Amino acid sequence: MKIAVCIKQVPDTTDVKIDPKTNTLIREGVTSICNPFDEYAIEEALLLREKHGGEVHVITMGPPQAIEVLKNALAVGADRVYLVSDKAFAGSDTLATAYALSKTIQKIGEVDLVICGKQAIDGDTAQVGPGVATRLGIPQLTYVSKIREINLEKKKIIVERLLEHGREVVESSLPALLTVVKDINEPRLPSLLGIKKAAKAQIPTLTAKDIGADENRIGLKGSPTWVVKVFSPEARGGSGEMLKGELTEIVPLLVNKLMDTKFIK
Amino acid sequence: MARLLIDKDTCTGCESCIPACPFGALSMKEGVAVVDEKCTFCGACVDVCPVRAITLEKEEKAATIDLSAYKDVWIFIEHEFGKVSNVSFELLGEGRKLADAVGSKLCGMLLGDKESVDQFAKEAIAYGAEKVYVMESPLLKQYRTDSYARAAVDLIRKYKPEIVLFGATTQGRDFAGTVATTLETGLTADCTGLDIDPETKYLRQTRPAFGGNIMATILDYPNYRPQMATVRPKVFSMPPRDDSRKGEIIRETLQMTEDQVRTTILEFIKGAETVNLVDAEIIVSGGRGVGGPDGFKPIRELAGVLNAAVGASRAAVDSGWIPYEHQVGQTGRTVRPKIYIACGISGSIQHQAGMKTSDIIVAINKDPEAPIFKIATYGVVGDLFTVLPLLTQEFKKRLGR
Repeated sequence: MKIAVCIKQVPDTTDVKIDPKTNTLIREGVTSICNPFDEYAIEEALLLREKHGGEVHVITMGPPQAIEVLKNALAVGADRVYLVSDKAFAGSDTLATAYALSKTIQKIGEVDLVICGKQAIDGDTAQVGPGVATRLGIPQLTYVSKIREINLEKKKIIVERLLEHGREVVESSLPALLTVVKDINEPRLPSLLGIKKAAKAQIPTLTAKDIGADENRIGLKGSPTWVVKVFSPEARGGSGEMLKGELTEIVPLLVNKLMDTKFIK
Repeated sequence: MARLLIDKDTCTGCESCIPACPFGALSMKEGVAVVDEKCTFCGACVDVCPVRAITLEKEEKAATIDLSAYKDVWIFIEHEFGKVSNVSFELLGEGRKLADAVGSKLCGMLLGDKESVDQFAKEAIAYGAEKVYVMESPLLKQYRTDSYARAAVDLIRKYKPEIVLFGATTQGRDFAGTVATTLETGLTADCTGLDIDPETKYLRQTRPAFGGNIMATILDYPNYRPQMATVRPKVFSMPPRDDSRKGEIIRETLQMTEDQVRTTILEFIKGAETVNLVDAEIIVSGGRGVGGPDGFKPIRELAGVLNAAVGASRAAVDSGWIPYEHQVGQTGRTVRPKIYIACGISGSIQHQAGMKTSDIIVAINKDPEAPIFKIATYGVVGDLFTVLPLLTQEFKKRLGR
């Protein structure tokens, strides 16, 4: 079974803080990590390979330093990794990014399954997965919390999708694209041998030309949306009220305050 | 290609631009600011430079399509389990303002089988739609990506709306991504603010990014239409319902057969909780401080009295004390209740990303230094196992439950 996994390098938001004076993001010392949801995507691909055999191909699109997340993917056991990187991709929005990723997957060829994280924690759009599926012309199964069954002969897959009100069990034809949520597995840690191997690995960089991308569909040129302004969110209205005193006084006071809001019915 | 230009002679090396960049693309080199390939041309640095040394050269994108062919504001009327999602009505309320600002009509887009469209078209009109575009087919009884996307794409291509809005629910986000890609048009995810640029009449879409640490306003280039966005539930209020309103219903039939739909829904396993996190007006949430699965007992008791949903922090979920579907935060759900009661939750940035837009936040924590108190409306320093039973008792008394 041939599986492609799309991952993204993102800033670790544990480090992202707002400067209380200037109210801007403090970027200093912010480390880059693999998007947490994508680690579940890689793990699910590795688990499927263990069960059904095959290859796991991991792709990331980003600046040259995004190579780090690919090294991690190699260290946990990915067979092949690809860095899709080119100045021509700069300014790509979700439509252009999905296009570039789909061209890369087509170049890899003959893929049975594509797995992505539910969304990336920096942009939080959840749009690239459906975009890639649509470009590839394959069905999408989003918010997957469990793969119940895969039948490669009959080319079908049954998954559980975690929705607002419960879990939907869906059958789909293969090839298909899944986006996965955190509940699906427990990502493994890389082995020492894996880390050593990854450190030595030569990671191929694919340019826009390499993947055969139409220059009108990538970068700023291929992006319908355009960020016109970036600003800090309004802070919550002042600092909160600490209720002090004996609990026998605080509790009725808090209940009064909450009852006054009329939100409790 | 767009370019960010930094005038080396004008730059004073004040470093104001460096923290302003949300992408960390600026740094200092030999006393002047330099930009690297992480730049996305957002222009955040341009405004903060005190000496105007930074300019953004955008490629001019001329309109290549006939913009006047695109008219009206469309709201996707989402329904599930025989009920229209509240977010669709909220969007009809907000859509009214947008339609007035661009001088066009407010319309619903409704997909479903006969029974659901007959009922829900009337409701869409009662909540303000002047027209409802309906695609009816047994294939549309339940949401499935293939049949719904085909129906929407056909309607949008035929009637050419200027703006299409969807709720940012699991259904809306699955759906809109496919529709926008098929139409090759722009889509802005998870918006919390919408308005019309008074000059160009284009839709300005504002959304949080980086876990809510920054806000971005996004426009669509004029050679892509319709302008599409998914919008978070509960950001806009419900408009009043008026069943005496009249509206036009335009019906189309779906040119598709079951064998063209590549997925089949086998079953739906309903969640164990009676109140789900996304719809909840009140959420009582537990974190590391609850200490174990039994620690959720006082949380569930308070939630029971308040008809609230039960939430949890990542720490509690990862410890195996409560299932993942309860997790609030960056790797869980984003919620926006009227009241969020955080019990034994320290309030990491990641947890805050999922709940800090709640109207009222109550924090109960033993540690007076816990970051949750910084965003709390009301804070109580104390042991949740002492405070919660007292709170539950007091609410029972007041509510007569």
